[in-house]
Amino acid sequence: MWYFSDEEKQLQEVCKDFARKEILPHAEKHDTDETFNIEAFKKMGELGVLGITADPEYGGAGMGCLAATIVMEEFGKACPGLTLSFLAHSILAVNNIENNASDEQKAKYLPKLVTGEHIGCMGMSEPEYGSDAVGIQTRAQKDGDHYLINGTKMWITNAQYSDIAYVYTRTGEERKNLSTFILEKAKGHYDVGKPIHKMGMRGSPTGELIFENSKVEKEHLVGKEGDSVYHMMKNLEIERLTIAGISLGIAQACVDQCLKYANERKQFGKNIGDYQLIQKMIAEMATETEMMRNFLYNLCYRYDRGEKGPVTAAMAKLQVPKMATKIALDAIQLHGGYGYSREFPIERLMRDNKLNEIGAGTNEVMIMIIAKNLLKETAQ
Amino acid sequence: MNELQVELKSQLEKFRLAKIEPYAEEDDANENFRMEVFQELGALGFCGMTISEEYGGAGLGYSDACIALQEIAKSSVAYAVTVSVSTMVQGIIQRFGNEEQKKKYLPELTSGQGIGAFCLSESSSGSDAKALKTTAKKVEGGYILNGSKMWITSGGIAKTYIVMARTGGEGAKGVSAFIVEDGTEGFSFGKKEKKMGWKASPTREVLFQNCFIPEENLIGNEGEGFKVALGGLDAGRVTIGAIAVGLTERAVEESVRYSLERSQFDQPIFDFQGLQFMMADMATELEASRLLVERGAELLDKNQINSKLCSMAKLKATDVAMKVTTDAVQIHGGVGYTSEYPVERMMRDAKVLQIVEGTNQVQRVVIARHLKKEN
Repeated sequence: MWYFSDEEKQLQEVCKDFARKEILPHAEKHDTDETFNIEAFKKMGELGVLGITADPEYGGAGMGCLAATIVMEEFGKACPGLTLSFLAHSILAVNNIENNASDEQKAKYLPKLVTGEHIGCMGMSEPEYGSDAVGIQTRAQKDGDHYLINGTKMWITNAQYSDIAYVYTRTGEERKNLSTFILEKAKGHYDVGKPIHKMGMRGSPTGELIFENSKVEKEHLVGKEGDSVYHMMKNLEIERLTIAGISLGIAQACVDQCLKYANERKQFGKNIGDYQLIQKMIAEMATETEMMRNFLYNLCYRYDRGEKGPVTAAMAKLQVPKMATKIALDAIQLHGGYGYSREFPIERLMRDNKLNEIGAGTNEVMIMIIAKNLLKETAQ
Repeated sequence: MNELQVELKSQLEKFRLAKIEPYAEEDDANENFRMEVFQELGALGFCGMTISEEYGGAGLGYSDACIALQEIAKSSVAYAVTVSVSTMVQGIIQRFGNEEQKKKYLPELTSGQGIGAFCLSESSSGSDAKALKTTAKKVEGGYILNGSKMWITSGGIAKTYIVMARTGGEGAKGVSAFIVEDGTEGFSFGKKEKKMGWKASPTREVLFQNCFIPEENLIGNEGEGFKVALGGLDAGRVTIGAIAVGLTERAVEESVRYSLERSQFDQPIFDFQGLQFMMADMATELEASRLLVERGAELLDKNQINSKLCSMAKLKATDVAMKVTTDAVQIHGGVGYTSEYPVERMMRDAKVLQIVEGTNQVQRVVIARHLKKEN
């Protein structure tokens, strides 16, 4: 993109190279075995992207949402599962701590998170509270100089591998009375439940965080008690833009693979790329991917310059993953039987992408956010 | 549905809920096929429904068979496909085989003691089936087969394989059809394919290395292989359509049930118009594809074969199955993405319905060809 800075262009090249060497060769195996490529994850620390938005004072790269999205796209082309784990660490744990925690907390947690010595996760959803996230029921009860936490967090990316968990809890009856804690597994703040078996993103561990009268010292509280809803909503914006970056990578990988295959595969004595039906599929998926790329990076560019808000983030999160699922389904179709087999990466990319229409807020919740906000603005 | 069809459906519903549904998730995860389930389906008369009673079949029509396949597919596309392909193989033997071949091969297949497989595709000839390269060289008393076949449904578990091989020059007229029994010398299996869906149904490559086939295993005459292969095509497309309808029906049922049970923002998610519209579209598309498949089956039963309509039924029903199962995962949200609920498996199973029995691109080519001819 013409508006990428030199630093962002360089980041793109470095990540492309890293993805080709460290991620892609192992992607299929980790999908099949439902395992986590922890070696590649740790090397991301050496690469310097695990704290992509964190302050250089704590070892971060000090870059913005656009840079984070570049990483998502490049890693996402190779292995969306591992990229999702990267997102949970760098955007849900690190970025939240960077923006909301005290200087003491930052100095304590960020240095180990940005090198990959510690792995982070975030706890928001619960079994009964998914789309309705503000309704969560995990409770933190104040008890002298500490809190007692009770409840269960569901769909937690990186749960099994996490050292640090950034967790939202309820501290009062009023709907918006939510508070956040930075918790440490080593201190016994939380237990990890059974792993969740998924259709896709199988290279990314998903589990539950369980709290049974967990005693947590009050210095683990982030900010003031009861003031978390605003921060939660703020971080969801960058989460939605960056997760759309994974879908952009998936769409681009599908287009690249289709172009290669249509030039190689012959039926009825000519390349299938010579058939108009195939040309139509390729032309449409390439056009849609280019549209998504311009749309998404434009929004990221504006985000980094202070033009933020729930509506544009929701628009990106709705449109990019939805289009990427369609593109991935068409890409399987273009490959025929081979596309359905695990010899080619397309079916994995399709399964992985479906999650992006659900995680970080379903398409239906995005529609609700976009419409309600626009209607409210007009009514005022 | 007539009385018999209502009875068939209810019998199969009981069977699938007791014998297939409880293991569907586990067998998908472990890529496991249960021969005993298939044999029980055979004992109940569902493995050769359209085959004459003389050879152990049920002597029923395609309309009846489609209802049965829909019902099985509601719990497992894998078993429905195994039944459907085995029945297609039997249909070919019944229609083009001689009396000895029918007596020798059909009873074992109709009873469900054995499974039939159909071997046409090769690594470089899928949609362009006429370009197949497997050869059958005439020798004293039979033929020597050499080559390999790809994407063979039931490869490795089937006992009876119908194999298309080249006995003459290039093109369709050089192809002949043979019956190959499992265990024949020179006949072996390649690796089991790792697939996105249909995991309980094994798909393998089958290999022929100087494999001798006695001449009594030639179906029809030399050079009639393509006539044989195409003979099963129209019915094959309608039955794939029926499987797609069963899968779609289950996806709609699961979506409605879940959205009534699940509450968010203090109301069942069914009450949100966004989801109501999705489900109204899903249910409408389901009925549209069901009607097309029923019409295709009805014409097959009346022997008024309409290839254009068969292609349309396959195209529409499988495109709808893909869309509806994808939406069903969406309606379920996070849990729909996990193996705790069946919808993610259903979505993976739906995709290949758009690819087998002629990709949906090939169906469009067929439909367009008919439109031109009719003009």
